[in-house]
Amino acid sequence: MKSMRTAVGAIAIGVMATLTLGVGAAAADWPDRPITLIVPWGVGGGTDIVARTLAAQMEPALGQPVNVVNRTGGSGIVGHTAMATADPDGYTIGTINVDLSQLVCQGMTDLTADEFTHIALINTEPAAVSVGAGSDFETLEEALDAIRDNPPGTYTASGSGTGSIYHLAWAGLMVTAGIDPGRVTWVPSDGGGPSLQDAASGAVDFVTPPLSTAAPLVEAGKTRPLATMGSDRFSRLPEVPTIEEAIGEAWTSQTWRMIGAPKGLPDDVRDKLTAAVRAAFDSQPFTDFMNERGFALTWMGSEDAKAFHASEDSAICEVMKAAGMI
Amino acid sequence: METLLAAFDLVFRFEVMLVILGACVFGIFAGAMPGISATVAVALLVPVTFFMEPVAALAAIATAVAMAIFAGDLPGALLRIPGMPASAAYAEEAHEMTLKGQGGTVLMTSLLCSVMGGFVGTMALAFSAPWLAEFALQFQFFEYFWLACIGLSTAALVSASNPAKGMISLSIGLLLATVGFDMISGAPRFTFGSLHLMEGIHFIPVMIGVFAVAEVLRSLTHPASDRREHAHVQRIDLRAALATIWRYKANIGRGSGIGTLIGALPGAGSDIASWVSYALARRFSKTPEKFGTGHPEGIVAASSSNNAATSSTWVPSLVFGIPGDSVTAIVIGVLFLKGLEPGPLVFVENAPLVFSIFVSFFIANLFLIPVGYVAIRLASQLLRVPNTVLMPIVLLFTLVGAFAINNSTMGIIVALVGGVVSFFMQENDFPVAPLILGMVIGTLLEQNFMQGMIAKGGDLTAFFGRPIAATLGVITILIWVTPLIAAARRWRQMQTRHGGPGAMPHRNSAGNPTAG
Repeated sequence: MKSMRTAVGAIAIGVMATLTLGVGAAAADWPDRPITLIVPWGVGGGTDIVARTLAAQMEPALGQPVNVVNRTGGSGIVGHTAMATADPDGYTIGTINVDLSQLVCQGMTDLTADEFTHIALINTEPAAVSVGAGSDFETLEEALDAIRDNPPGTYTASGSGTGSIYHLAWAGLMVTAGIDPGRVTWVPSDGGGPSLQDAASGAVDFVTPPLSTAAPLVEAGKTRPLATMGSDRFSRLPEVPTIEEAIGEAWTSQTWRMIGAPKGLPDDVRDKLTAAVRAAFDSQPFTDFMNERGFALTWMGSEDAKAFHASEDSAICEVMKAAGMI
Repeated sequence: METLLAAFDLVFRFEVMLVILGACVFGIFAGAMPGISATVAVALLVPVTFFMEPVAALAAIATAVAMAIFAGDLPGALLRIPGMPASAAYAEEAHEMTLKGQGGTVLMTSLLCSVMGGFVGTMALAFSAPWLAEFALQFQFFEYFWLACIGLSTAALVSASNPAKGMISLSIGLLLATVGFDMISGAPRFTFGSLHLMEGIHFIPVMIGVFAVAEVLRSLTHPASDRREHAHVQRIDLRAALATIWRYKANIGRGSGIGTLIGALPGAGSDIASWVSYALARRFSKTPEKFGTGHPEGIVAASSSNNAATSSTWVPSLVFGIPGDSVTAIVIGVLFLKGLEPGPLVFVENAPLVFSIFVSFFIANLFLIPVGYVAIRLASQLLRVPNTVLMPIVLLFTLVGAFAINNSTMGIIVALVGGVVSFFMQENDFPVAPLILGMVIGTLLEQNFMQGMIAKGGDLTAFFGRPIAATLGVITILIWVTPLIAAARRWRQMQTRHGGPGAMPHRNSAGNPTAG
């Protein structure tokens, strides 16, 4: 009981000290308490598991634990907003996902690249086109011809919710191939995994989750990948061509994951965070995890990540306009 | 056989046994806390499993989930506050038995049924995983839609004393499930511009409010003196428990079978399995009128069912890499981390490791018995604690749980509002369990209906276009129509009796559509 009271006292003093010293003093001895990493998605999802593995490896570099907190809902708006509106003191950081660029374009939120301090980009994940094992299509070329030759609404495609990155990847492919995206009915689904199941059961014709997610079903002979939307082939399934190899038109579409912080983060704290993320990114457990999971390790530092995020904000919006999605 | 021996060799080691025991104790606490779902419990375990060997890590997760699903019954039976959604279907029934002084016995019954259900689910996982996975892949939007309909119909069976009030309660649950972003259109619904409501209303805080907070309020207005007089002593009558299990052995078989099948479907899980089994137990019971008065038959079926489902949920994850629920979504991550890539080849390439998972499931279920027994003995002491001490503690813990779901105060607000609403509902004899059912099933029902209609361009015949869908559809319609026909027949008999021998019942019944 006595020790408990002492502990409470210590915490109270700690809190008061933090309040009085404020943000100004934070930079010098930052970090002197645990850091919160907000993930706008549920426990166990791709982003969550990447963030948790990374966070565990950041601790040695920072000397403080990095706690992952899931703030889900609103297609990610809730978590992203919570992170962007936190104090820029370096104690609240979070993941930034590609989905945010689309939500900005749709007018669902004002969180553009300008609203964040970027720490690093750690991963890109190309979408892909897969069909069920019972499908008639062996190549993407055949599939696109069939879509052109049959009346609109003959075929269905799925991958995630309406207006999600996987929907955008599909619509962009249609636009690139000179096909009106409206010819294929988009069936919204709860995410990549469920949509793959819909392809395997024959409920939908085409699905767009990345090959890393699809690999077990491909190996089980339940789905057949036609092409990947990455600029290179996927190492675990090297026989699957890229879009350019399959139809001669260049189209790439990928999800990406960054670590960011609220805008206005002091430069020295930002640099320390970038260094800590880099150390975790290079660590053996993290690279092992990413390789085993089939996630691509892609690195961009603070400035590059910010520029890339800004370019995605406008590029994604252009595709969405061309595809008639807004 | 060699594989099996190799698997035994991997499991029967001191560290692994110690991990399983630890996970058992952890699972008890997680399951008994209304705020900690199986998902949260597993998420808390994951960082710890980083430091374990593959077998120990997977055994820890399997054990904690099996234990948590049983432990949800503890506060459900003793305090009428289910610790897990999977216990909500029969919490009230179990509590009635506690009021009769049979709380220890009913929990022992439930524990042994959980263990048997767990065995059946594990056997199914070990010997028919590829077949079960094929079965699960047959399910399209239409099959899921009918399954959701059957799940909804159970609300009427669970609340048979007043079906109309049960339907109202169910409708409130369905309405709450529509709040937030609509996946189909991407439009926010019933959010009133609030960012917090965009997340949707999570059903765990609602469950906490509806059961725990409302129970605290009830304890204020209904002083417990007379209600709990008999409840102080909760003996565990093992002989009575075994006799109950023997009498309702058919229910264990049916419950475990249903649990295994429903658990294997990605998108459905132990919650739905538990409801469907409880309702079917009542449907096929020789004494359906006893349900709701502290009758163990439905508890036997449902508690074996939800534990069977926790094992078979691993099927689609292991075979196709598609998670069956949020727990196995985390499991897939751990599998990858331990160098075990899900896929059909996992049974060939990593046979010893995979079979060691199954062996550890068995061990976990065996451990459930002694650890569960001790937990029942200890938890029963809760009833000796005066309400004035117990209820504030319950309130504190459950509100912390409501907060922890999303780390947002929204959870606390939802729990408190849900508690007040639930209190008034219960004071007016509305059953509250159907509300939780509505929230669990609402999204499944709506999404699959919409997806099916979009994929088929609005063609309603698609709901009967495939063999499994047509079968499930006919079953659903029979479930809905049978009570109406029965009521019509009763009404006709009554007409015949009142009208005397010369009356013309045919014209009467045909001319009055309100017969149901």
